[in-house]
Amino acid sequence: MPILTVNKLTKSFGGLMAVTNVSMELEKGELVGLIGPNGAGKTTVFNLLTGIYPPTSGTVTLFRDDKEERLEGLKPHIICKKGIARTFQNIRLFRDLTVLDNVRIAMNKNVKYGLFSTFLRTKSYFSEEKEVLEKSMQLLEILKLAHKKDELAKNLPYGEQRHLEIVRALATDPCILLLDEPAAGMNPAETAQLTEMIAWMRENFDLTILLIEHDMSLVMKICERIYVLDYGMVIAEGTPSEIKSNKRVIEAYLGEEMGNA
Amino acid sequence: MGKNIQASSGNRKWISTAGKLLSLVLFFVVFQLLISFNVVNDYLFSTLVKIGINIILAVSLNLITGFTGQFSLGHAGFMSIGAYVCAIITLRYYSVWGFVCGLLAGAVCAAIVGILVGLPTLRLKGDYLAIATLGMAEIIKILFRNVLDKWTNGAAGLSGIPQFVSWPWLFVLTVGTVILVSNFINSSHGRSCISIREDEIAAESMGIGSTKYKVMAFVTGAFFAGIAGAMYSSYFFYIDPDLFGFQKSIDILVIVVLGGMGSISGSVIAAVVLELISMFLQAYPELKMVIYGALLVLIMLFRPQGIMGSRELSLSFLKKWTGRLGQKNGGAA
Ligand SMILES: Nc1ncnc2c1ncn2[C@@H]1O[C@H](COP(=O)(O)OP(=O)(O)OP(=O)(O)O)[C@@H](O)[C@H]1O
Ligand SMILES: [Mg+2]
Repeated sequence: MPILTVNKLTKSFGGLMAVTNVSMELEKGELVGLIGPNGAGKTTVFNLLTGIYPPTSGTVTLFRDDKEERLEGLKPHIICKKGIARTFQNIRLFRDLTVLDNVRIAMNKNVKYGLFSTFLRTKSYFSEEKEVLEKSMQLLEILKLAHKKDELAKNLPYGEQRHLEIVRALATDPCILLLDEPAAGMNPAETAQLTEMIAWMRENFDLTILLIEHDMSLVMKICERIYVLDYGMVIAEGTPSEIKSNKRVIEAYLGEEMGNA
Repeated sequence: MGKNIQASSGNRKWISTAGKLLSLVLFFVVFQLLISFNVVNDYLFSTLVKIGINIILAVSLNLITGFTGQFSLGHAGFMSIGAYVCAIITLRYYSVWGFVCGLLAGAVCAAIVGILVGLPTLRLKGDYLAIATLGMAEIIKILFRNVLDKWTNGAAGLSGIPQFVSWPWLFVLTVGTVILVSNFINSSHGRSCISIREDEIAAESMGIGSTKYKVMAFVTGAFFAGIAGAMYSSYFFYIDPDLFGFQKSIDILVIVVLGGMGSISGSVIAAVVLELISMFLQAYPELKMVIYGALLVLIMLFRPQGIMGSRELSLSFLKKWTGRLGQKNGGAA
């Protein structure tokens, strides 16, 4: 059962075709990799899926709760509300806010109290604020950032900033999670830990995950399927072992070494 | 253990709320007495009124510019709407109820104009928004001077506006604004606004509709600027369009920047300090602007983030205080 289908998605910036006729399908609960050389258009695909840019053409369809919804051209905050959350390649935390506030902000879309309750601090303000606080702390505890809750996001070490981005995305309560190079800049030990965490999150949060990553050890280990992008086009799709032995992929991206491995 | 922490933090919250309330009441009573015994004379009281009005203006602009990150140069425009609407109504209905209606109507009209102006212009960023809001304030000024002169008496202005702003009014409106705006900022709505300032794309990607919250901050700010305007016209009993020009908008912005973008207590402190400085310099009119200007340059050189940065005074202060109190209690038990 697919949860997201992407059909002939295309984006051109002026004359530059960043993404051309990309079609993909994510099954519910899958962990799928999106790989390719620098400038292949991977991040652009994420930006199209999350509404940062409207696509030049093509469609994105989400299947959730027996409903079929078209997402292309919608605003990012609406797409997020429909259940797609993401992290950013070039970390975009709310740098000058605390770790806790970064997470709380991601929960705002589910807060129901209105302006009246806000200004006059009615009961619903207190009860909902308490709930948000508890849920945020739960998430932070699960992902081992609770002890840093009052620290400013910008003061976290790099690896923890990446973790916080994931926590923040989870806080929006998504069904699909898009991770853009979550292991970038991490050492092998941190990467191994992250690999485990991603697999664990998928199980425990009922997620479908699409993952951009250059670290092949991570991709090959946890992805069930992989799409390979080159010059904005999908040049291969398949299981890790199929991708490793695909000639075009080896030429365009992996190189001989990985292909032989 | 967990329960203990909760209980003591509940206690602490209660203590700090009670402490705040008590100090507010004390503050009110002391000044009421000083005014009753004429220690605070009419001149000093007028300074107090100016401070109160500037606090409201600065706090409401801070919500738009400091917290939500939307650079507005037209705050005096909203103030003028409140001033004119309240003046026109109280001139007609000379009674406290007339004033209350004028106050509310002025604020609501300012808020409505805030929506009308905000919806199209808040799509603009940074400098462009600043220019657009500047233009908006100029248009409002011209409307009051040339187009609506049947009601506003044009460039000559309105005079003899009934005076209703006494100490209780001043106190309630100023403190009320500060509390309401603080409540807004410390809520999910406020956090949404702040997240837009921090990173609009990230905020949008986390499900926060940036246009909605920008307009919300803008309209709330306009509403309170309207209140400030109404207080101004009611206390100083004379208004004309030029009182609410570009210069006034800049004056408000200076308070916000000086106090710290994103700090309510900073705005309050800066409003008080600046008014006191300008009061002491009143005796030297030739030197006044020079010294005032030099002071601004100095403060910005040594504290570019403003007096408070984006921190709040009351919070850290009270935390330290109640923390010490808690320790003492713990020691005793
Ligand atoms: N906003 C934009 N305006 C113009 N060109 C863009 C824009 N965003 C991306 N591009 C171009 O589109 C192409 C694809 O970029 P993209 O960031 O999607 O690559 P990527 O696969 O994520 O690369 P990397 O692995 O380096 O992150 C690049 O040539 C890039 O310069
Ligand atoms: Mg990229």
